Amino acid sequence: MTQRVRFYQTGTFTIGNRLLDPEKRTVQATQERSNSLTSGHRACQGCGEALGARYAVDAAMRACGDNLVCVNATGCLEVFSTPYPESSWQVPWIHSLFGNAPAVASGVAAALRARGKSATRVIAQGGDGGTVDIGFGCLSGMFERNDDVLYICYDNEAYMNTGVQRSSRTPPGARTATTQAVGEHPGNSFNQGKNPALIAMAHEIPYVATASVADLHDLEDKITRAMSISGARYVHIHVPCPLGWGAQPCETIKLARLAVETGLFPLYEAVDGEIVKATPIRSQRPVAEYLGPQRRLAHVMKDEEALAAIQAMADRNIRRFNLLKTDAEA
Amino acid sequence: MLKQIEGSRAVAEAVALARPQVISAYPITPQTHIVEDLSAIVKRGGLGACEFVNVESEFAALSCVIGASAAGARAYTATASQGLLFMAEAVYNASGMGFPIVMTVGNRAIGAPINIWNDHSDSMSMADSGWIQLHAETNQEAVDLHIIAFRLAEQLSVPVMVCMDGFILTHAYERVDIHTQAQVDAYLPPFEPVQMLDPDEPVTMGAMVGPEAFMEVRYLSHHKQLQALEVIPQLVDEFRAQFGRSSGAMVAPYRTDNAQTVVVALGSVNGTIKDVVDDMRAQGACIGSVKIGAFRPFPLAQIREALAGASRVIVVEKDLALGLGGIVASNVRMALRGLPTPVYTIIAGLGGRPIPKASLHKAFDGAMRDEIEDPLFLDLDHKVIDRELARMKEKRRSGPIAENILREMGLVGHKLG
Amino acid sequence: MDKPFAITLDIGTSLANHTGSWRTQRPVYIHRLPPCNDACPAGENVQGWLQRAEEGDYEGAWRVLVRDNPMPGVHGRVCYHPCENACNRGQIDTTVGIHAVERFLGDEALKKGWVTEPAPETGKRIAIIGAGPSGLSAAWHLRLMGHEVVIFEAGPMAGGMMRFGIPKYRLPRDILDGEIKRITGLGVDIRLNEKIENIEKLLKSDGYNAVFVAIGAHLARRTEIPARDAGRILDAVSVLEDVEAGAPPPLLGRRVIVYGGGNTALDTARTAKRLGAKEALIVYRRNREQMPAHEFEMEEALEEGVMVKWLSTIKEIDHDTFKIEKMQLDEKGWPQPTGEFEEIEADTLILALGQVTDSGFLQKLDGVEFDRNGVVKVDERMMTGYRGVFAGGDMVPAERTVTNATGHGKQAARHINAYVNGETWQPGERHELAGFEYINKWYYTDAPHSVQGVLDMARRQSSFHEVVQGLDETNALYEARRCLSCGNCFECDNCYGMCPDNAVKKLGPSKGFAFDYDFCKGCGLCATECPCGAIRMEPEPE
Ligand SMILES: Cc1cc2nc3c(=O)[nH]c(=O)nc-3n(C[C@H](O)[C@H](O)[C@H](O)COP(=O)(O)OP(=O)(O)OC[C@H]3O[C@@H](n4cnc5c(N)ncnc54)[C@H](O)[C@@H]3O)c2cc1C
Ligand SMILES: Cc1ncc(C[n+]2csc(CCOP(=O)(O)OP(=O)(O)O)c2C)c(N)n1
Ligand code: SF4
Ligand code: SF4
Ligand SMILES: [Mg+2]
Repeated sequence: MTQRVRFYQTGTFTIGNRLLDPEKRTVQATQERSNSLTSGHRACQGCGEALGARYAVDAAMRACGDNLVCVNATGCLEVFSTPYPESSWQVPWIHSLFGNAPAVASGVAAALRARGKSATRVIAQGGDGGTVDIGFGCLSGMFERNDDVLYICYDNEAYMNTGVQRSSRTPPGARTATTQAVGEHPGNSFNQGKNPALIAMAHEIPYVATASVADLHDLEDKITRAMSISGARYVHIHVPCPLGWGAQPCETIKLARLAVETGLFPLYEAVDGEIVKATPIRSQRPVAEYLGPQRRLAHVMKDEEALAAIQAMADRNIRRFNLLKTDAEA
Repeated sequence: MLKQIEGSRAVAEAVALARPQVISAYPITPQTHIVEDLSAIVKRGGLGACEFVNVESEFAALSCVIGASAAGARAYTATASQGLLFMAEAVYNASGMGFPIVMTVGNRAIGAPINIWNDHSDSMSMADSGWIQLHAETNQEAVDLHIIAFRLAEQLSVPVMVCMDGFILTHAYERVDIHTQAQVDAYLPPFEPVQMLDPDEPVTMGAMVGPEAFMEVRYLSHHKQLQALEVIPQLVDEFRAQFGRSSGAMVAPYRTDNAQTVVVALGSVNGTIKDVVDDMRAQGACIGSVKIGAFRPFPLAQIREALAGASRVIVVEKDLALGLGGIVASNVRMALRGLPTPVYTIIAGLGGRPIPKASLHKAFDGAMRDEIEDPLFLDLDHKVIDRELARMKEKRRSGPIAENILREMGLVGHKLG
Repeated sequence: MDKPFAITLDIGTSLANHTGSWRTQRPVYIHRLPPCNDACPAGENVQGWLQRAEEGDYEGAWRVLVRDNPMPGVHGRVCYHPCENACNRGQIDTTVGIHAVERFLGDEALKKGWVTEPAPETGKRIAIIGAGPSGLSAAWHLRLMGHEVVIFEAGPMAGGMMRFGIPKYRLPRDILDGEIKRITGLGVDIRLNEKIENIEKLLKSDGYNAVFVAIGAHLARRTEIPARDAGRILDAVSVLEDVEAGAPPPLLGRRVIVYGGGNTALDTARTAKRLGAKEALIVYRRNREQMPAHEFEMEEALEEGVMVKWLSTIKEIDHDTFKIEKMQLDEKGWPQPTGEFEEIEADTLILALGQVTDSGFLQKLDGVEFDRNGVVKVDERMMTGYRGVFAGGDMVPAERTVTNATGHGKQAARHINAYVNGETWQPGERHELAGFEYINKWYYTDAPHSVQGVLDMARRQSSFHEVVQGLDETNALYEARRCLSCGNCFECDNCYGMCPDNAVKKLGPSKGFAFDYDFCKGCGLCATECPCGAIRMEPEPE
């Protein structure tokens, strides 16, 4: 659990902090980090998914002493990292299909067990589409069997690789190529979509967490914790996509942070199906501050009713996950 | 050891003798008995550390096996029909990535209309997926082919589908010689993957390949199939040497000496065909038959050689390329390209329709007189067809044909209302 | 491993793909000028020494500090810390207590005996007139540069107004003495009781290559008040000087009026209290907002029982009766008489109306120009109209503070050094100011500033013990760590960690980072997320 350091200039809000004990610093702050996803990949400028993947896989690498195998679903992450003849991965890695990463990972885990190599850990990863939509059956199966796989979803809230089409993670109001900002109710419909972390919890798997590229300490802690457990585990990471969201590449982290601070993307973790911790919001922001810089939501900014509905979603999260409690209470 | 045993169970035992390390499957008739037995063997501890993964779909089953193979395990799955289609994307993926997976297909028709009985539509739909497709004529051959399949797959890094006719073989009790573990071990060495997900030697598997290299990748897959044409006979020879039995021939001629008419077929129907050939030979007809044991790679040269002396060829096949005709026949014609030999197609046994000797006999007779429609739909009920066509013409009504036929036949009328 | 063609790849091979070619703008590490540094009259690298202090490297911090200012113990106490008024942290919660940390470092240095070494001798000789902060500062810098330095001081002790103006309870003398001793310890020769009248002689016959004049402003300014029978009228500077000189304390009586509104007036009133006056009343023409004395000093004086009559002037004195006229501010804020009077009884009047410079002897030098009140004009090199004669501190046109004087001493030293080498000194390029707009406030933890303790009231009113207490190490460290490090990298690893392209190389502790332009795509995340504004996006060069 992230222990917020109260005051060492920046405490644990920055990636590193030369004033902290080395063990309180992040993997990303070290010169020895694996750079599991290394330079030369073809992700867009400021891609949150590229960043999130390195964060997560590096943390997983450290947690298992580099004894890791990684399965990846089709999607931006796969495409930008492995166009022949160049791979950006520095871990054993396989891409099979769009919707089968959890099952492939189950197979890898089974093989490792059968071959007496269960010390080698398995993670599977994919975008929100690959995870929450097309791969959901396989994911649910993997969960239900409690296979020894950590599944990481990089949620950029649409099918980015195919040109920004709606997924079941696309937020209400958002314009995508298949939910255009036209007609009486522009953008994605309200009251749709699904919450994979809660669904994962319903499988009562040993560990479920949500994380954000905006909070690396929290993210690394969660990956580390997930890696310390065996069985099926799920970590859902919010990764802004400048291209798909119509945002400045330099604002990826800022947007991710605002998603957390507005309450729209609550950070929590659950053990055996029960929430054990929610990361409190540090300084609550109105949703408009988060939506404003995103072109995909420009029309929502002009629509009082839609704005209010989105604010209500944020408020509901805050209530539901008790996000405004203080650190001391937490 | 000789056993009176159901085909599925015999195959399960053979697969177990190959010491798979990961098995993953999803139930579908007529494959169920195979995987049920394997699950029991694994559960009992009969396969040591082998993992049997009960998945939620065929897509997951093959995907799981892909992962297992990538992680260095000998991996097996089995399916049929709808299941094979449900895993279609992964079927291509497994071969594209060169994983030596062995999969049993208990051949069954594909719906709609849903039908659990035997024909070859399922495996034919995946014929060009890059998998090797071996067809068993008997349960003995099915058992033997599985042992050969693992060696073949691992030697060439290519997945192999062993096709056996649903029910006809899978559910038939026959006397089968089950190998001993020692024999199988002597024939099939432990799996040594050529590529593997290994933290000590990391690689990136499953890259995205663009126009600059995709053709080459495909050519190399094709080349593997061509290599198999050479490797299969070697493995068959070795198998004979080890087990004292001839099994797995890509092309097996039967009484083709001086045969002017040669019947070609895949799978169990060859048994019936041989009986008909015997009968007709007894009546003085110059007829023989050729069983095709490997549909992929398609042994063009061997088939051409086997059919060289024939003045006509009849292909009996349990599939239909809708809008074209016979799939096997088209392949056989390719083997005979440049020769004037006519190739007749008999579409038979779709959806489990029995293939009686008499019907074949009659059809072969017609062919030998060169008086045969091509393709000929064996035992097609023309009355029903004519009626339905007439009715359709009248009503221009769309809707499920099967339902209409059954309604015509008065079978379901009261239920459908 | 026998990898199949094209589908299976070697790891890390994308390093061959130099995505730097996508860039239209590039990040560069820069140093922006922290507002504290910008505001410090002594030109201290405040952020720089705080950074060392944050790490607990107090000696390192002190060494950075004394590159600009040899007297942190003094400054930590008496400097009016304009740095803190400018400090960006003030816009988050409260400003960093820079002066308190500075004081801590100064005291640590004295406790631990930290010293520095001068550069090899240059053979050049510099004369300094006046051992106030300006002269001492110049001496320190010039000596460190390797010059021979002699200070001529008219008074009996070094320190100038730091000793004869600022009372002990604000600046204990062991601190002052300690810091002066460190300067003399470098080999600076202070010749006490030597009043200089002839500067040309120093240059022409005594063999000095240059002279720095820093004689301060000591002559009390007077004012004309009609007095029928004047009682005791003293001037503030003399009172404070007498207290310091240790001679029998001046007899002030029970009730004392101090006339004026500057810090000197406050110090005098507070001193009067300590000398036994029952009442110390400040009479000032304007109101509290307009008073030049600093708010915190006013606060401390009021706490100690000093009283103030705002908007009042002394119209007449008749023995011990003072006729006070009420004033009113006009629209322009000037005090205007109202014709309303009242009378107050007092034993002593102390005038605290400011000081003028005793610079008459400089008139002998050709070319030296003067402002009002004897203030000497200097050029941008701090040189007077006479070649080789430089001046600084209270005697030149500038705000009269210890820190300004100290800053002048440093500036003059640089120019003198250049001058004696036949060069001119050019200040380095000024960095862009690290305004609050460059601060990514999210990253800093909430931390209200630490409070310095104060002496108990009874002792404050009766003794010259130091009123404001220092910070202990824990608090000093805490306070240092409140610094945002405006405009200068403090190795938070944000850029290193947040680059989606691994295009930031971490060079190791205290070595900072470097951009790998082979891979940097120019997204600008690092610049946006740098907490302190140490990265700038620049257009990609053609
Ligand atoms: C009561 C009081 C309180 C103050 N409090 C503060 C405060 O809290 N903070 C702050 O920043 N500032 C304060 N100041 C102002 C500050 O003390 C002066 O601005 C500062 O000391 C000026 O330094 P200096 O070196 O220019 O001159 P000085 O400090 O005045 O030093 C000049 C020196 O030159 C010597 N000298 C003069 N003429 C000659 C000569 N002809 N030959 C040789 N030697 C000569 C003098 O004896 C003296 O020692 C205060 C001033 C007073 C009067
Ligand atoms: C079976 C299948 N259907 C569709 C596709 C096309 N496709 C490839 S990536 C992708 C979208 C990926 O979206 P997501 O999983 O959210 O990842 P992202 O690209 O957004 O990171 C789609 C639709 C495919 N490759 N396979
Ligand atoms: S489209 Fe979005 S997710 Fe894909 S590479 Fe670009 S920024 Fe990343
Ligand atoms: S926060 Fe630090 S660097 Fe910034 S102005 Fe204040 S003391 Fe100076
Ligand atoms: Mg997505």
